[in-house]
Parts: sequence; structure tokens; C-alpha cells
Amino acid sequence: MKVSTKWLKDYIDLDINPEELAEKIERTAVEVDSVSRLDKKLKKIVVGFTVEVRKHPESDHLNICKVDVGEDDLLQIVCGAPNIAANKKVIVALPNSRIAGNVKIKRSKMRGEVSEGMICSLQEIGFSDSVVPKVYADGIYFLPADAKPGEPVYSYLGMDEDIIDLDVTPNRADMLSMRGTAHELAAIYDKKVTLKKPELKEDLTDNISDYIQVEADKELAPTYLLRVIKDVQVKESPMWLQKRLWNAGIRPMNNVVDVTNYILLDYGQPLHSFDYQKITGKRIEVRLAKPGETLQTLDEEERELLSSDIVIADDNGPIALAGTMGGLNSGISADSQVIALEAAVFNSSAIRKTARKHNLHSEAAMRFERGINRATVAEALDMAAQLISELGNGKVISGFAVGAQANVQSIVVTITTKKINDVLGTGLQDAEIRDIFERLGFGVEEKTGSFKVSVPARRWDISIPADLIEEVARIYGYDNLPATLPSGELTPGKYTYKQQVIRDTRSILEESGLMQAISYGLTSDKKAQRFMMEDAQPTKLDFPMSSDRTTVRMNLISGLLDDVAYNNARKVSDVMLYEQGRVFYRDADSDRPREVEHVAAAMTGLYSAQSWHDEKKQIDFYVAKGVVEHLLTKLGVTDISYETSQKHEEMHPGRTADIFVGNLFIGFIGEVHPNISKEYGIGRTYVFELDLQKIIDFNNELIVYQPVSKYPVITRDVALAVSKDIENADIINFIKAQSGKILSKVQLFDVYEGAKIGAEQKSLAYELTYSDSSKTLADDVVNADFEKVMSKLQEKFNVEIR
Amino acid sequence: MDLKDRLTELKVKALSEIGTVEDLKKINEIRVNLLGKKGPITEVLRGMKDLSKEERPVVGSLANKVRDELTEAITQRREKLEIIKTARKLEKEKIDVTLPGVPVKAGQPHIIMQVIDQLEKLFLGMGYQVVDGPEVEEDHYNFEMMNLPKDHPARDMQDTFYITEQILMRTQTSPVQARTMEKHDFTKGPLKMISPGKVYRRDTDDATHSHQFHQVEGLVIDKHITMADLKGTLQIIARTVFGDEREIRLRPSYFPFTEPSVEVDVSCFKCEGKGCAVCKYTGWIEVLGAGMVHPNVLTMAGVDSETYGGFAFGLGPDRFAMLKYGVDDIREFYLNDVRFLSQFAQKG
Ligand SMILES: [Zn+2]
Repeated sequence: MKVSTKWLKDYIDLDINPEELAEKIERTAVEVDSVSRLDKKLKKIVVGFTVEVRKHPESDHLNICKVDVGEDDLLQIVCGAPNIAANKKVIVALPNSRIAGNVKIKRSKMRGEVSEGMICSLQEIGFSDSVVPKVYADGIYFLPADAKPGEPVYSYLGMDEDIIDLDVTPNRADMLSMRGTAHELAAIYDKKVTLKKPELKEDLTDNISDYIQVEADKELAPTYLLRVIKDVQVKESPMWLQKRLWNAGIRPMNNVVDVTNYILLDYGQPLHSFDYQKITGKRIEVRLAKPGETLQTLDEEERELLSSDIVIADDNGPIALAGTMGGLNSGISADSQVIALEAAVFNSSAIRKTARKHNLHSEAAMRFERGINRATVAEALDMAAQLISELGNGKVISGFAVGAQANVQSIVVTITTKKINDVLGTGLQDAEIRDIFERLGFGVEEKTGSFKVSVPARRWDISIPADLIEEVARIYGYDNLPATLPSGELTPGKYTYKQQVIRDTRSILEESGLMQAISYGLTSDKKAQRFMMEDAQPTKLDFPMSSDRTTVRMNLISGLLDDVAYNNARKVSDVMLYEQGRVFYRDADSDRPREVEHVAAAMTGLYSAQSWHDEKKQIDFYVAKGVVEHLLTKLGVTDISYETSQKHEEMHPGRTADIFVGNLFIGFIGEVHPNISKEYGIGRTYVFELDLQKIIDFNNELIVYQPVSKYPVITRDVALAVSKDIENADIINFIKAQSGKILSKVQLFDVYEGAKIGAEQKSLAYELTYSDSSKTLADDVVNADFEKVMSKLQEKFNVEIR
Repeated sequence: MDLKDRLTELKVKALSEIGTVEDLKKINEIRVNLLGKKGPITEVLRGMKDLSKEERPVVGSLANKVRDELTEAITQRREKLEIIKTARKLEKEKIDVTLPGVPVKAGQPHIIMQVIDQLEKLFLGMGYQVVDGPEVEEDHYNFEMMNLPKDHPARDMQDTFYITEQILMRTQTSPVQARTMEKHDFTKGPLKMISPGKVYRRDTDDATHSHQFHQVEGLVIDKHITMADLKGTLQIIARTVFGDEREIRLRPSYFPFTEPSVEVDVSCFKCEGKGCAVCKYTGWIEVLGAGMVHPNVLTMAGVDSETYGGFAFGLGPDRFAMLKYGVDDIREFYLNDVRFLSQFAQKG
């Protein structure tokens, strides 16, 4: 809402500079988008009178004008505007003037003729295209005939008015009007408002009932009023009206439409004007659209109406979409003479629906959606009828037609000083509170700290005590509130076990050298369904914005691969990222997915770079596996096993393992399938993804201290030549199973494949550690156990002990 | 030569030899030779049997004295040689200490998570719980329980990704508050919570808009909670995140779930309020929204709004991080460029 401070002064006596005023509004009422003034950066732009206009001898579209700018000599100005004419008052940018966009105008020559300045269009001096009257859209502007040559143009055009643009929140629709804003400022500055009331002269020779019958469904239009004005001449509005409109961002059209827009700004009451002669049957009905009905609206669009649209209909069908846009056929034209003027309140949710479905978000629709002052519907209608009759020399028919008229009463809200102070933490006195309510223009009845507050209809946002508390708080000033902390019962603040595990997981992975990534939760349908760990249905958006973001993810790896691709594309080849977040598994019979906490990582490139000290180390399966092992160990997970897996189609079939805890599948690790890497344009990438919820569900106990054995341990090393297809885990598990209790640890320390061993063989070297916490182990006891296991290994795996 | 002279001569000769020996092995030999069973001193002592009764103790004591002196000299010499040996060895082990150290592999939290962690720490310390909730929410909790019925004009303030008519991507973390309020047993004490997490809006991604971002919303419900308590709490947030010198100011605003509702500005940390590009020359930066919980929200969650009341606030860690670190494109947070992420490795 663009508010002209000059217009405000009609209603309230304020002498405050606009920046200060804007600041005050922002601190007390609503946000301010900008404070501006059209003449702010302009210089030397004056009224000119075209004494003579003749064709430029060297051009078919230029004219040479002799212009009186109030000086002794006429200026010669070359002008290219198609509507240039003699004996007109025009806008002249003098030599060395500055017009819009900080452009300087200099004396110049155009095709051999001197041009001492420029005759300007409104756009050239800073008006927006959207407010310039249509007749002047493509040419220069003609000032009123009484403009004095040589005087600055600014006041003639309202460019010297300060405009404060308010960003009105949905609850403060009362400030979508000049009168509402004046009331607000009166409260803020403790002033009085003086509002003009209509002084309507009705023509008593006719009565409205002779002209029209109106019916309205109260549910659709709680108030629906209509006046008729006859003998109206449709013409250009006077300057004062045009200035008010364009300063508010509205294009002047003609005296009838302009008045309806003026009333919209002044009262916040949308009006609609019909050409009375186009109403068939002289009967109007406010109803819902019927199936198959259509309407060509003022924007010349043929619209199929929905059964939820409220329409204004005559005997032939809809003539307007209520509250949003009129019909083209029944609209005001240059030769309309009898005007039917509608002032109504429409059902806000119906208007909202219509505005959305037809994409018709007008100033009127916005006000109907947010609410309007029901107390001034009839007054606004009278004011409009009076103005139209004055400006168009018409006569207002006596009386107004009523389709519906809601009874409007002040709302009474009761509140106490104690309640206000309890909520705000203040120590306000009864008198201070009363004063605030009175400044707001509310009726107050007080009895020892208990208030009965009558809230006028213009503040329909207020209906409960909390609303009144807000009024008191903002007028009293938020700066004046003390700052304290809640003083009630103490509560412990701590993470839940699940939250703690999630946070531990993050820090363990960070200490392992991985950076945390946060990727998008919405992805493409395809990416959402890759790297799945269980069967589930995707959850898809109803109206996605783009095909990249249609579906809620069911894995974290896809997002991490997007991140790797982004890095690789920017020549960052070493990437170690992890992400902790949710995946969304939907069961087929459910609308909402289950949200499961996962953790995943993607690692590619070098683990560590070549340095003077170390060889470079490439990330491979085992580097990634080391991270998983570290993570699970730190989280206290035991009984972990890795099983080679070919069931993940996005993974390298020979380099992927499923991870189990006992028999429970908790995730997988491996190299991304080369086809997928190729699709992403990334290098060999190792990933893992774990179901963190399953780990949380183990609810691992705190580590229990194991006493360190006082007795020395004994170790035995052995190298085993085995067939290549035998896995380390098979050997280790076998050794553990076959050994006696004294075996405390088996550790692989070397793997060899190559020339010194058969082509189908590999050598695995293990260190077996034996200990006994109660006594010193005897060598022969260890030897016996060791030999027994070795011979069983030979039997089982056909190993050769080296 | 008598035994005394032999001893004296022996001593002089031995001391000179000890004094010049450079080798630890040699000094050992000298010790064995001089002081061993076959050494000259033993020999002298053995020869004492031929001496007179008077001479015997004199020579004996002299021999012992010489032996002690030589032992002492050998010990000292050996210690000295050992010191020299160690010094030589260490000399050889000298390295170039200016060569770079071996890098420690360390990751770090995402910058947004750092902001959230900081806030969680602050609020846990003040006795709040951290509560999580679904990202795919019901319209009921996301909007209706937040006092935003289906056709409320304020729904325009948040463009929403719908899954079905009733299911949506949450646009705020406040549904977590609604869910928690419904379950909370107020006879067991006040509710003090924050709900951090991802939220989604139907927005086109650009430098200042993202269809995914984060929120931390807070809620306190008790019998005597005031707006002054809210102001004090907001002051702590501002000072924790933006520095001890920060001031805050409240401006009226509108959120359907609070009444009164306020927008909160923090004094500019870049220019100390003098005016700069960060604060758009106002000295203040809008950082969060807050208010006193609307009675409808309490009633809908089954809380008696006559007895209980409270405050709520909501802030955006993305915006906080952008302001604090001068990040000018929100998309940076979700592209995870390693060069971007690694800039925030420093603590604090
Ligand atoms: Zn600043």
C-alpha cells in the first residue's frame, strides 16, 4: 500500500519527516518497503507552452517547437513525440536538467536544428509505465491548461509528495486504506483524525426500485448494496484525482473507474461499476456460477466458471466475477451514461479460491480475502456516488438497492490490567492502558483494572484478549519491555539416546577425516530409488517445480554422488564427504513415509597426497571400510560381519559388501558401479550407507571395563597359502571357532598374491594372540592348541602352511 | 723401587692414560687392566706380605687410596665419554625442523550444523529439550494446529510442496511443537523445547531462496511466561550467535500462531550500528520471528490457555550462517563444494 503523506494530511495533522514517520510505522505497526519521492533526483523540469510547432525540414517524424518556459525568449526544442501539438502545456527538461535515470539533458543539434532541451513523456521523468494514462502511453504528456510556464512541474503532477510504501501483514488489512492508516497514525502519535463524510444529494424524481432489483445469498455476500447514477458523462478525471491514483500505483482511466479506485484506496472498500444499460432484465443476482457458464472478463479473457465462483448475474447469466473482475460486456465505456455502482462484502474464502483458480490477484480481491471494514460499506458507496455525480455531472437516483446487509456491531473484548502485565512482564497502570485503548479509538469501560473494550469494525482483526495485549504492547513500545528469563521450575536439558548417537556418529566420522555434507532431500524419481536398502514406495510431490526435485529421497548416496560430481566438475578430485539425514520409505498402503535416520559417505580420489614424507595414498575399498569399522567400534557395535554382495545393481559386483550385525543387515559398502560413475561423470568412488536407526535400536550399553591381564601373552605367526576364492573372514571365523579359550585375538597382517605363489593362490598371514588372565601360559599348551587349529585348517581349506 | 714408589708411579701413569683415552671400550679395558685381579694394584697388595708390620698398613692404605682415585677417574672419564658419545649420536640425528608436518586428516561439521549445534548447546544449557519430528508432515500439524485453517490468507506467505491434499513437506518446524504440546504432561513441569531441522518451500532456487533450508524453532509453555522472558531469551540468542555487544529490537509482525507477534532485529555486527551494506544502512538486521503463543494454538493442542501461556520463536540457521560468514548465495550450502565446506573448519 503506497501512502502519500500529503493525502494523509487531509485526515490527520502530522508534521513529521517521512523517514522518521516510516521508522515509527515500522516499529509500531507494519513493515515499510520504501520511502520515495518522484522528484527526488530531478532538476530543472518546468512547464512549457508550445507556441508554435512546425515540421522539421530534414525529418518526417520530428517537429521543431517554439516553447514558452516563462522567460523572455522562446526556446527552440526539437520533439519526436507523435502527439506533439501547438498551444499545449508540456513538460520541458531545460538545458542542463536531469531527468529520470540520472540522465542529463544538454543543448544539442538534431539534424541541423538547435534543440534547447527536451519535451518529456511521464515515463521520461520517472513515472512507471503501469500508471501512465493510456492516451499518453506513447507520447508526451499535456499538463492542465492553467499550468504556469516556467514553474517546476512537480507539484502539478504530484511528484513532490512523499510516498511511504507499506508492506501490510495479512492481519492488518485495515491499513490497506488511507482512512485505516490515518487511524493507526492517530493512535501512534496520540492525535485525532478528521474524516470527511459524504454529503450525497440524491435526485428525488426517481427511486432505485424503479431501476433495479437485487438478490444476494447472505452466505456469499453478507452485504450487497447498489446505487444508480444517471446522466453521467464519462471523461478524464481532474488532476487531483489522477495524482492520488498514480501516486498509489494505479493508472487513471476515466472519472467513473477512477472514483471506484479512489474509494478503494480511501476506505479500503472495493467497488464495481456496471454500465446499467447493459444489465439485462434490470435484475441482479449474487449466486454461485452454474455448470457450463462462461464470462469474458475485462482483460478480454473468456473464462470457464467454476461452481465455487461467486458471480453477479443478470437474466442472461454472469456479468461479473464477484470481487475479482468485472465482465467486459457490462463494463464502463466512453458512452456509458447510467452507472450501477456496487459496494459489497463477499465471502473471503470463496474470493480467495476464485482469485487463485483464475489467477486474478487484484487489489480488490486481496481486500476481500483479508477482510474489509463492514461499517463503511454504505458510506463508501455514498461517497463514490457523490463523487461520480460531481465529476460526471450526473444525478444519483434516490435510495440504494439492498441484496443483503449485515448488521455491524463493535466487538466487546474484556481484559484486565493484571492479565496484560502477566503476559507482557510489565507493570502498567490502569490509566496507561486506558489511554492506549483510547488512542486506538476503542471504546473503554473500566472498573478497577478490568476493561470492557469495544473494538470498532474497522479493526476486525481484534477479537480476543491476546489481540488487545498486542495492541497495548506495540503502542506502549516493545523497546520499553524489560528483558528477563523464564523463572519457573527447572527442567533438565539433555539429548535423548537417539539424538546422542546421531551426534556421536557425526563427530566420529569427522574425526575420521570426512566433511559433513547436507544435500537436497528432494531429488529425481530415478535417484530417489537407487541404492535402496529395503523395499519401499517413493513419496512424490503433487506439483514439483522441476524434474530434478520430484521425489523424497530413499537413500543418501545419490545426493552425495551429486556432491562428488559437483566437485569433480570443478576439478576437485579428492572428496571425502558424509551425510547424516533421513530417508523416506513409504509403504504401499500409506500416504506418509516412514522417516529413517541413515548415515552415508562417499570417498574418491586421494586419501592423502604425495608428500616429502609419505607416498600418496589412494582411497580404495579398504580405506572406506576402515572408516566404517572405526565408526561401528566407536558406537560400541559388536559382532559385525561383511559379506560379499551382488544384490546392489548400482554397486560394483565384485567390490561390495553387505554389513551385518549378528544376522541383521544394517547397510553396505563398496565401489559405485562404473556405469553410475560414468553417468555422474565422477572417478572411482567408494560409498557406504548405514541404517543408523538399527544401530540406535541395539541400545549399546556403555563400555564395561575389562581388567588387563597381568600375565604375558604369547603370539604365533602363520602364513597360509590358500585358494584365491577363500575369504579372510572364512579363515578368521574358522580359527576362532576351532581354538580353545586361550586364543584372545586373530589378526591378519599380510596378504600376498604374485610370482612367489601359484596363480590361483594367495597367501594370508595371521598373528594369533594367546592369553590367560589367571596364570602364565605354558608354551606347550599354546603349541598344542595352535597345531590342532593348523591341522584342521589344512583339512577344511586345503591350506598350505608356509 | 719400593711398593710406595711403584704405586705412585702407577697412579701418575694410569691417570694420564685415563685422561687421554677417547674410547668407551678402551676405558673398560683400562679398568680391567688396572683394577682387575691380575692388575698392578692387586699385584702390589699381594706383594705386601713381604713387608714389615709397620709398612704394611701404610702401603695398604696407599694402595686402596690409589685404587679409589683410579676408580673415580675411570668413572668420571666414562661419564664424560658417554656424554660425548650421546652428543655425537644426536648430532647425527639432526633433522630439518622447518619441513612441513604430516597433515592430520580431519573433517568438520557443515557450517549450518555448526550454527545449529551452537544453538542446541545454548538451549540444552537453559534446560530445553531438543525435539525432532517428521519432515513429511500432515497439513493438520503443519498448518491447522498452527492456527492456519485451509483457506487462511496467511497460507500465501508459505508456498508449499504438497504430496497429497493432506500430506506435505513441512514448511516450518512448528508442527513438532504442536505434536509435543499434545503429548506433554504439564503436571510434570513446563515445556521448554527447540525443534531444529530441515524445512521445504515451493520456491525457485536462487541466491537468496532455496526450496530447502533449516529452521530452529523454540517454545516455552508454563504458567507464568511473559513477553519480557521472550525478549531476554532472544537477547541471549543474538549475543551467543552474533557477539556479546549485540542489542535486539522487536517490531510488530504477524504470524498466525503467535499473538503478539514480533520480528526481531539485531544490531549490525559488521558496522556496530553505524550503517553498512550488510544492514542496508539501517544499523539493524532482521534475524528472526517470535511471539506469545496464540491461545488457539494452545487450545487446539489441548492445553488450557487460561492457565498456561508461553512464547515461541523461529530462526533460520541458513540466514544466520549467511550473515555471520558473508555467504552471499544460499545454494552454496547444498552443493557441498569441498573448497567451500573446508573454509569453516576453524572452531567457533
Ligand atoms: Zn551494518
